[in-house]
Amino acid sequence: MPTQANFAAVDGLHTFPRLLFHHAQIRPNAPAMREKYLGIWQTWTWLDVAERVRALACGLASLGFKRGDNLAIIGDNRPHLYMMMTAAQCLGGVPVPLYQDAVANEMLFVLQDAGIRFVVVEDQEQVDKMLEIQDQVPTLEHIVYDDPRGMRHYTQSFLHDIHELMEMGRIHDRNHSDFLNAEVEQGHFDDTSVMLYTSGTTGKPKGVCQTHAAFIAAAQGGVQVDKLGADGDILSYLPMAWVGDHLFSYAQALVAGFTINCPESGETVMSDLREIGPTCYFAPPRVFESLLTSVMIRMEDAGKLKQKMFHHFMAVAKRCGSDILDGKSVGLGDRLQYWLGNLLVYGPLRNVLGMSRIRVAYTAGAAIGPELFRFYRSMGINLKQFYGQTETCAYVCLQPDGAIKFDSVGQPAPGVEIKIADNGEVLVKGPMLLKEYYKRPDATAETINADGWFMTGDAGFLDEDGHLKIIDRAKDVGKLSNGAMFAPNYIENKLKFFQHIKEVVCFGHERDMVCAFVNIDVGAVGNWAERRGIAYSGYADLAGKPEVLELIRECVEQINADLVNDTMVADSQIHRFLVLHKELDPDDDELTRTRKVRRNFVAEKYKVLIDALYSGKSNQFIETEVKFEDGRRGKVSADLKIIDAKTFPIVKKAA
Amino acid sequence: MSKKIGDVILDLQNISLRFGGVKALTDISFNVRQHEIRAIIGPNGAGKSSMLNVINGVYHPQEGKIFWHGQERKRMEPHMAAQQNIARTFQNIALFKGMSVLDNIMTGRITKMKANFIEHALWFGRAKNEELEHRKKVEEVIDFLEIQHIRKTPVGRLPYGLQKRVELGRALAAEPSMLLLDEPMAGMNVEEKQDMCRFILDVNDQFGTTIVLIEHDMGVVMDISDRVVVLDYGKKIGDGVPEEVKNNEDVIKAYLGAGH
Repeated sequence: MPTQANFAAVDGLHTFPRLLFHHAQIRPNAPAMREKYLGIWQTWTWLDVAERVRALACGLASLGFKRGDNLAIIGDNRPHLYMMMTAAQCLGGVPVPLYQDAVANEMLFVLQDAGIRFVVVEDQEQVDKMLEIQDQVPTLEHIVYDDPRGMRHYTQSFLHDIHELMEMGRIHDRNHSDFLNAEVEQGHFDDTSVMLYTSGTTGKPKGVCQTHAAFIAAAQGGVQVDKLGADGDILSYLPMAWVGDHLFSYAQALVAGFTINCPESGETVMSDLREIGPTCYFAPPRVFESLLTSVMIRMEDAGKLKQKMFHHFMAVAKRCGSDILDGKSVGLGDRLQYWLGNLLVYGPLRNVLGMSRIRVAYTAGAAIGPELFRFYRSMGINLKQFYGQTETCAYVCLQPDGAIKFDSVGQPAPGVEIKIADNGEVLVKGPMLLKEYYKRPDATAETINADGWFMTGDAGFLDEDGHLKIIDRAKDVGKLSNGAMFAPNYIENKLKFFQHIKEVVCFGHERDMVCAFVNIDVGAVGNWAERRGIAYSGYADLAGKPEVLELIRECVEQINADLVNDTMVADSQIHRFLVLHKELDPDDDELTRTRKVRRNFVAEKYKVLIDALYSGKSNQFIETEVKFEDGRRGKVSADLKIIDAKTFPIVKKAA
Repeated sequence: MSKKIGDVILDLQNISLRFGGVKALTDISFNVRQHEIRAIIGPNGAGKSSMLNVINGVYHPQEGKIFWHGQERKRMEPHMAAQQNIARTFQNIALFKGMSVLDNIMTGRITKMKANFIEHALWFGRAKNEELEHRKKVEEVIDFLEIQHIRKTPVGRLPYGLQKRVELGRALAAEPSMLLLDEPMAGMNVEEKQDMCRFILDVNDQFGTTIVLIEHDMGVVMDISDRVVVLDYGKKIGDGVPEEVKNNEDVIKAYLGAGH
């Protein structure tokens, strides 16, 4: 099959165990893993890691672990748990990392589905979870734990300390010295290398089987585009069960040979980040946002001179920072100013954030605000977005250096083909596609069509430079009555980037125009009102103030002006909107627990408001029942004003 | 529980303590066994802290005898208690507010340091190796109490519950065989209390440390202690396992008033 990775380039290194032993040979004393333990960074060289993986694999084998077995891995990012992944792969087994903060019952399904016989866990907490559900997982035979703390009174014979397992393995290895090499030899690039369960927001979780070839191809592509070398460092702190961590901390680390660093605990990540100064860093948008907020708050307390300097040079950075990073031409004056700013502000600031050595920082998982994105880039931090799913090894689009657009997820990564289906859905083909869903041929057939395209379920389009823009989940995308595409999430996300707006729900499917409900952010708007001396008594009152409505109208019109420039969504300008008198709340079933809007429920509940929006009324009375946190119920009512927003005429571009 | 409670290691016999004309403790006898968690409870002014200070050598009772590992104890100063492996925490936190968590816990190791003042000041000779060794012990305590994230934070900036935990850390750093805790949970919220309970049980379980604690929260005391002694107006009115004490008429009277 030509779809898998190009193995000529890696010289027969087509499985992860082979890659590990290769690094142990060519760079035996270079650091492979670090972990902060008892306040000191402990280092394992590639040679150490290879020795331990060998011992662990042999230990597993002597407990009866066989080719094709699945090994569940549960815990925070720990070197031994990463080593366990390779150990299982050495024997032709499949590691199955689970989200460590799930409660026992949530793990149950995966353990049963994957027919788990062996589990390796981090500590007593996870052991207790396993013991709790042991009866319901009849296949479960052995539990290995990494941290012996608190385990003194556990006497069950199926519990094994990981160090004992290694000792056992070393003895096994001495007695059968050819065993492991032969096992590794048998490994094929087309074997499943890892099984990652999808989160299962719709239905039961599904085990995504990825091959060695797929992840190696994805890792090679990323390493090549972003020029990651063996001298790199990465902080591994995101859940091991998440595809992104598996790509960066496992696949890329083994392909490129860089060092992974495990933080001391979840709470110390920020200070560990400063100590390590990684060259590659991943975080969801909210982490970048809170970092920025903390910088801004601390600047407020700084002296006058420092504040002046900071704001002056941030303005310079805003003007030319991104262009300098992208290698575009910038005037000499700005260049000089930026150079000075780098010396006085950006450099020290990057240092405080632990980002002095960063070559590339990634963000994904949610939309990132353009202001935020520009801030980091203008400071000289090469922040990028990427796009991908568990089914595609998180590898579909990358933003190449020098061609970053904040509202696109970049160009197709090397080896990846993208096609937009007629309904707007993004289809993907390439070496990184999943092999199958575990024991679910029906689901596999559903997501990969007859021509081998994987259906992402996302709607998007390619712009004139071949950059992919994701606009919404395909199933949410509708059509206006004139046939133009209507992507509610796309518009809502744009509006939510305004700090005064917390939540938006747009309507327009099979209607002649787009209308919206807006929730104000009570913190930001409250603050704004106080500074203007606008008195208000509570949420509903604040949300109904004419000044607030005016504020929101400006936001909406700004978005309209923005939308009109985009041919695909120009028809989706918001014509009329209202500001809701209460916050949408998971307790009232309006949002999911992960704070996503339940569109249909909201439409049903506030039907009178929607009717008012579309019937041209200027106000509408509404009474809603609310649940308070203590379980009591009450009613809130308000007479909501409906505002007309200015829209802009669509100028058809010449095709 | 699988822990083994051993022999009597501290035996207090007929202790009386007076401050001038005020009788703080009157003829109190009780003992503490190895590896147990022993609680001292009682209403305000019952003499609980005085009792702890007697054990610790801060106060010297006018009457009575104290046996420590079977040997009668002579008049003793607090630093001698430290040398005998008795460590304590205080009702009102007694940490160095301006110093980091790490340094505060390090002070718990002082009795174990052998290098002299000059060596320490100039960080040469024995001092160097010694510090590394002590630092390792301190890091173990930090790991045990899960306070890695505040290692370098000045204590004064921490919330109350964490300060209490740091104080426990300093006491633990001395690797005590007996730990005296003066109201370790006072002023804490429910979550902080749960954490503290867990740490006390863990210390007792993992290191086999004998624990004597004063506490007002009855739920906590009844849950975690092996035996409880009850004081009221300087007199002992109850002694035994939590169940017994709970049903003791005098104890109920002292706590709830005579009407009940």
